[in-house]
Amino acid sequence: MAQLVDDYDRESLTCFIQTHRNQPASLIQVLSHIQQTAGYLPKPVLVEVSEKLGLSLTEVYSTASFYAFFTFRPRGRHNIVLCNGTACYVKGTGAVRATLERELGIRAGDTTADRRFSLDVVRCLGCCALAPVVMVDKDVYAGVDPAKVPEILNKYQ
Amino acid sequence: MATVKLTIDNNPVEVEQETTVLEAARSLGISIPTLCHLRELNQVGACRMCIVEVEGARSYPASCTLPVSEGMVVRTATPGVRAARKMILELILSDHPNECLICIRNGHCELQAAADTLGVREVRFQRMSRRLHPKDDSGSAVIREPQKCIYCRRCVSVCAGVQGVEAVGPQLRGFSTVIAPPYNLPLAESVCVNCGQCLLVCPVGAIYERDETASVWAALADPAKHVVVQTAPATRVTLGEAFGMPPGTPVTGKMVAALRRLGFDRVFDTDFTADLTIVEESNELLNRMKNGGVLPQITSCSPGWVKFIEHFYQDLLPHLSTSKSPQQMFGALAKTYYAEEAGVDPADIVVVSVMPCTAKKFEAGRPEMQSSGHRDVDVVLTTRELVRMLKEAGIDLTRLPDEEYDAPLGISTGAGAIFGATGGVMEAALRTAYEVATGKPLPKVDIKEVRGLEGIKQAVIDFEGTPVKVLVAHGLRHARTLMEKLKAGELSEYHFIEVMCCPGGCIGGGGQPIGTDSEDRRRRIEGIYRVDKNMKLRKSHENPAVIRLYADFLGRPLGEKSHRLLHTHYVRRSAHPVLTE
Repeated sequence: MAQLVDDYDRESLTCFIQTHRNQPASLIQVLSHIQQTAGYLPKPVLVEVSEKLGLSLTEVYSTASFYAFFTFRPRGRHNIVLCNGTACYVKGTGAVRATLERELGIRAGDTTADRRFSLDVVRCLGCCALAPVVMVDKDVYAGVDPAKVPEILNKYQ
Repeated sequence: MATVKLTIDNNPVEVEQETTVLEAARSLGISIPTLCHLRELNQVGACRMCIVEVEGARSYPASCTLPVSEGMVVRTATPGVRAARKMILELILSDHPNECLICIRNGHCELQAAADTLGVREVRFQRMSRRLHPKDDSGSAVIREPQKCIYCRRCVSVCAGVQGVEAVGPQLRGFSTVIAPPYNLPLAESVCVNCGQCLLVCPVGAIYERDETASVWAALADPAKHVVVQTAPATRVTLGEAFGMPPGTPVTGKMVAALRRLGFDRVFDTDFTADLTIVEESNELLNRMKNGGVLPQITSCSPGWVKFIEHFYQDLLPHLSTSKSPQQMFGALAKTYYAEEAGVDPADIVVVSVMPCTAKKFEAGRPEMQSSGHRDVDVVLTTRELVRMLKEAGIDLTRLPDEEYDAPLGISTGAGAIFGATGGVMEAALRTAYEVATGKPLPKVDIKEVRGLEGIKQAVIDFEGTPVKVLVAHGLRHARTLMEKLKAGELSEYHFIEVMCCPGGCIGGGGQPIGTDSEDRRRRIEGIYRVDKNMKLRKSHENPAVIRLYADFLGRPLGEKSHRLLHTHYVRRSAHPVLTE
């Protein structure tokens, strides 16, 4: 995957991490803050977390990789969320997913090289009557037919 | 300490308050199966095999994490407990490759043994196959096979708790879980120091040494090659274990005989170059003391320790002695001094080492270790690999006569032998440094203050009015403690520090028999000091072969030739290799 330019404010993250210096118990709180402000957990920032909090990178990465909430790749400008809850699964999420992955050239959980889209699979979005459901940013698409996927994607640049 | 009374399988027992049910049962001779427990190191209840029935409890608790309590009634092998254990084992097996026959741990596997003990004859669950994480054979010393891992966490606990390295840890979750360096970096690119303590505790074949017996067989079968072997100080007190001898039994003479029978052209001793290391290193120390060099000087013969300091304490590298380890001094001399003496083209010489150590494989492959103009040490075998070769060749160590090493690289003193135990290098160095510095015989050859299994030891030796202060650490966690103090300027009055990567020193190295514990270490150390005590010569500088080597070839300690062949330099490595990929 192409190297992406950092678009997070490293300096303010450093300041925040600094306030938890030598506090290994604050790890989750620090990781959450980074995830929410940078949109993901950049490698150099995790190294900084490990050094400042006094934990090995192994431990920091172990903890971070355990939780689905944390991600290690930058997010795209538009976030596609595909529901794989029971109803959506029964109504054919699989085909929608395959089309999305083919059209975007990435696997679920990843971001396109041009940072246009990120694709996530979740369960469940809580609107099972609309299955299969796709959300792009805040827009909900109900009863998605794989053939409609390119049309949906075209709306987001 | 307060005690607690409880009943286990109808046996009343009284134990100390903090004891676990597992240990209380063991004290009664009741063995509860476990695949993850390591006393005081890994008591995490990961494998669930040690579940027991406790009266009044709703479920079967894991006995390894369950503290005893007053009046507790425990049953360890009821039909319910046995059925549950069997199911747990079947679940583990459903996710474990079924390749016992070709696994490196075939016949020495705790999982295999548990399946046998519990009488598992079928696995009722559909076999899952984890192909997500492929074998990692990037390392020159240690190989990981995550498909075989049963997530017991022993390696993680040892890497962190004993070594303070934390090279590997669990990542991701569920079926995706893998024990690996952060970001799943290949071991070779990680901060792993190749000490192999993880593979000594792995219950299965998920971590093991790179087996290099094939290249030794090939060299031995090649008539154009002159194959010489060196044996490390610590292998002579552990090799016998695989042949049923108690830990710590010295089998030096039988080992020499066995190596001859395998077909080595010359059987030499690393103890010889251990003596040489002492002469170079103690002269280096005296030189630093006299000329205001960087002190304390720190030993450099343990390659796991060297890689550790290169990763984590780069700024302290000037403290490290520039003397090569005995293994590498041997290689450099075998392909120069010995080649000349024997009239053999060094290009035809194959140097094989038998080492208690996995990190020695890495050390031999370091690019700077070619001062003879060739790779100085060609192949490094661990004690276990030598056992494999002997068994494959049908050689029964117990039935061999005692034979002598070949001259001249097989002549050694007791000082060389004690390199194998923590504190041994220090003791050997002091024996020589004292006499070189004062010109007088050392009043007491045994320097017992630096012996034993305590993590950090210290001593002050009076060099005729000059007190020489020394420290000894073994296990990298203890080394880290010392390095933090050194960094903070707290060790400035010390002159010399010995660090051995592995607990107990080389007798507890990662190349030694699987399952090494503290009792094994203690007995092997006793064996080492027995070897020393029985030697006629016990001071390195009195080794006649070393004296001749200087007279005929090297010139003087720290001289030009020594510098070129016997000394080395170090590399600054990142503490976070993940950023440099």
